[in-house]
Amino acid sequence: MDLGHRDHRLLPSLLRHINLDPVLLGAILILGVIGLAVLYSASGGNVDIVTRQAIRLVLALLVMVVVAMAPPQLLYQWTPAIYFSVFAMLVLVPLTGSTGKGAQRWLDIGIVRFQPAEIMKIAMPMMIAFYFAERRLRPRLRELTVALALVLGPAFFIFIQPDLGTALLIATAGLTVIFLAGIRWRTVILTALGSVAALPLLWHFMHDYQRRRVETFLDPESDPLGAGYHIIQSKIALGSGGIYGRGWQNGSQTQLDFLPEQTTDFVFSVFGEEFGLLGVLLLFALYLLIVLRGFLIAWRAQDTYARLLAASITMIFFTYFFVNVGMVSGLLPVVGVPLPLISYGGSSMVTIMVGFGILMSINSEKRLLSK
Amino acid sequence: MRVTIDLKDIGMEQALFGSRLLALIVLVLLATGLLVWRMIDLQVIDGNRYEELARNNRVRISPLPPARGLIYDRNGILIAENLPSFSLEITPRLAGNLGNTIERLRHILDIGEEDIQKFHKLRRSRSGHDRTPLVVGLTEEQVARFHVNRRDFPGVEIIARTRRHYPYGEVFAHVLGRVGRINARDMKRVDTRNYRGTARIGKTGIERFYEDELHGVTGFRSDEVNAQGKLVRALSQQPPESGKSLVLSIDLGLQQTAIEAMGDNSGAIVAMDPRNGEILALVSLPDFDPNPFINGISARDFARLRDNELRPLFNRAVQGQYPPGSTIKMLTALAGLEAGTIEARKKIFAAGYYRLPNDSRKYRDWNRNGHGWIDLADAIARSSDVYFYDVAYRTGIDRLMPMFRRFGLGSRTGIDLPGETSGLVPSRQWKKKRYNKHWFPGETLISAIGQGYMLASPLQLAQMTACIAMRGDCPQPHLLKARIPGSAVTGRLGGNQVKLKDPAYWDIIIDAMEKVITDPKGTGRRIAKGLKWRVAGKTGTSQVFGLKEGQRYEAEKLARHLRDHALFVAFAPTDAPRIAIAVVVEHGGHGGVTAAPIGRKIIDAWLENH
Repeated sequence: MDLGHRDHRLLPSLLRHINLDPVLLGAILILGVIGLAVLYSASGGNVDIVTRQAIRLVLALLVMVVVAMAPPQLLYQWTPAIYFSVFAMLVLVPLTGSTGKGAQRWLDIGIVRFQPAEIMKIAMPMMIAFYFAERRLRPRLRELTVALALVLGPAFFIFIQPDLGTALLIATAGLTVIFLAGIRWRTVILTALGSVAALPLLWHFMHDYQRRRVETFLDPESDPLGAGYHIIQSKIALGSGGIYGRGWQNGSQTQLDFLPEQTTDFVFSVFGEEFGLLGVLLLFALYLLIVLRGFLIAWRAQDTYARLLAASITMIFFTYFFVNVGMVSGLLPVVGVPLPLISYGGSSMVTIMVGFGILMSINSEKRLLSK
Repeated sequence: MRVTIDLKDIGMEQALFGSRLLALIVLVLLATGLLVWRMIDLQVIDGNRYEELARNNRVRISPLPPARGLIYDRNGILIAENLPSFSLEITPRLAGNLGNTIERLRHILDIGEEDIQKFHKLRRSRSGHDRTPLVVGLTEEQVARFHVNRRDFPGVEIIARTRRHYPYGEVFAHVLGRVGRINARDMKRVDTRNYRGTARIGKTGIERFYEDELHGVTGFRSDEVNAQGKLVRALSQQPPESGKSLVLSIDLGLQQTAIEAMGDNSGAIVAMDPRNGEILALVSLPDFDPNPFINGISARDFARLRDNELRPLFNRAVQGQYPPGSTIKMLTALAGLEAGTIEARKKIFAAGYYRLPNDSRKYRDWNRNGHGWIDLADAIARSSDVYFYDVAYRTGIDRLMPMFRRFGLGSRTGIDLPGETSGLVPSRQWKKKRYNKHWFPGETLISAIGQGYMLASPLQLAQMTACIAMRGDCPQPHLLKARIPGSAVTGRLGGNQVKLKDPAYWDIIIDAMEKVITDPKGTGRRIAKGLKWRVAGKTGTSQVFGLKEGQRYEAEKLARHLRDHALFVAFAPTDAPRIAIAVVVEHGGHGGVTAAPIGRKIIDAWLENH
């Protein structure tokens, strides 16, 4: 490829050379920088926290670049191996997992502690896409049953860890692929009705703290010190932001420490308070840009596997965003899902970047073939 | 007609995918629209209301941690208390120039460099809105000096808390345990809602076992604060409910006597009232002072405790695993009597060693010259090994081990302390499972004298002794005597019953145990002089390492850590037992020489005062 032509095209072509999609990359970087600024305000000007997050962001971006350079065929070949080994680890976690923050989610291998559930967020759509890739669509009942088992097995083990938020994300990822594979609308509607009917069963398997969260969601006043108070304070923060916001580092809810977990799960409330509806709409636009770009990549992809995988990864990203904003604005119960690219914390950021890397890899493959 | 059934129709698939993707995009747009509507609702339609709420959001709710329950000994002496403690805490966000603030604080309060470094380390990991302690445990003078100058220090406060204190320090280290800073693992076993505002939690011992009762119920208060987040006035509060206080069965005086009697030795002592299982003394040596742990022990001091090869943090009384040695010969005798394989009066010749049929190996007696013609009582009194090898050979492992288990060996006693170990009573099945090997007849012999695989904790030996003292009416050992408020724990708790075919066997065994002390050749004869009460006991000497055949045990020539453990179990008075004890002196040599005199001191101290 000739890198030397036309100065203003130098950067995009350089990025393309290493498979990076400039639109995706641009939106990710802007969100990352916004995140650091919000974090600075939310942490009360703690430079250490911001620095640590910046380092994470850079490292996660490097991971993305590496993944983007891997061809989709490689992912395809490794899909069953990855899925089943992560599944095995999920089963092992309740047996050997060490405990982090009240839940058995971490598997300790020597020096590194990691969450198998985190990898499952990527491994799940890969596996379901793999399963349908070589089969005639639309799926028949038998194939549908197998696919559902592949989705619900890992989701169940994550749910009992217990990690309701991640279980929902992973189930969403898998079900998205099944939906895209072309099951009939009739089946979709019946399944949806069936799930609603199964809710009491879910309640039965929930841990006390999970039930408490749902109860608190339904009646925030029932826990004035805890989650209910959090939701009330979060709504006050968002609402008081108004159209224009209170200004960076000027939100009283944030700066007087009324907001809970304002650097992690509730970071969106800080943003909403300080940047108002205009800021919120800009943020939504950025997230939507990424999602639509992801769907475009899926649409242009060359084979079933790549198509299904790209669309599903995009859908996970959107679910993160929707659930987080929904919960801090009181639309959904607090299930502990971070705002992607902005919340303080490392492990979900890496997962999301791996997802973007795969999207970019799929995107570049299409171009290579069409040239 | 369906020729193409297994071919992928690429065009159809792409069209199908396209329509589904479109559906997904519609879903995404609808969902985003929902969020946008929600935000408009919050920020525009209700915006003014929320702005008003935020402006008036002057109510801050904070938890009020409850006072931890106190702990008393059986005589009402306070052995775990709460002392007031003042800490100087800074909210970095409100403090302005932090470096300057700390520098000025140093001038008036004399703060150490280590505290400042700790503060900075902690601060970096927290939000700037959080109060972070700079100095914990301020002196009264420091408190006074700060109060005079407090207007110069916005964002700096003195917080009054209480801190746990153990007035008798190491004396109850292994009974009370200690509290320490809550970590993530602790949060898993408590109701996190009730621990908001609680900084410390029971980590070991009674403090841990009765954490739920000692902790109490957290209250909360709501305060009105001004725009800078400072308190204007208190609005309302729901007061916390203090934790329950506990009265233990432990006796301070007896505990101190036991520690003193042990001198510099390491080991453990358990004394209990055999009638109801109340633990009167529970000592594990070396011990440690739990008080430095409360405010966070320095890493170096902790490492010194942890790495000390005598393991002061280890609770030998309930977690120690010792070969019980000859202290379990009574149980071997009972197994033989029950099985009818021996007769109490029948004398047998006990030589210096024993041989199994068709086995050239010599199983040696501790007395190389043997004990001559002896009956069961003599065998217990003089602790003949050969006599019991013979009992073991006749009775067999399958009838011996169940008897050991009936006296509680091999299973936890259920005492109200965390981390108790179950010891080990081996069996054929156990050995098959553990080593995948058959049981050898020789192993029956050494198990019968409490060696080999046999392991027991001092607590289990005390329980076994109490069981004999009560003639099979085994008590359940426990430390809790009463809760305040709450009812007293009275009488026997659980405990199992050992029924023998003939109750007269109890008399045979107990008489023999008296002979251990009264008989001129008894292994416990050294403590007989001037004894004011009838004492039934049994000495034990348990091997730490095995001697090769023909090798001689010479204590003086052995490194201390290879010397035998000295054991003594006893109860008194024989006819109406009020105390049962187990003494283990690690590497103390002969039980009768080292452990028995310690046991006598404890028995005397208790019976003289009660």
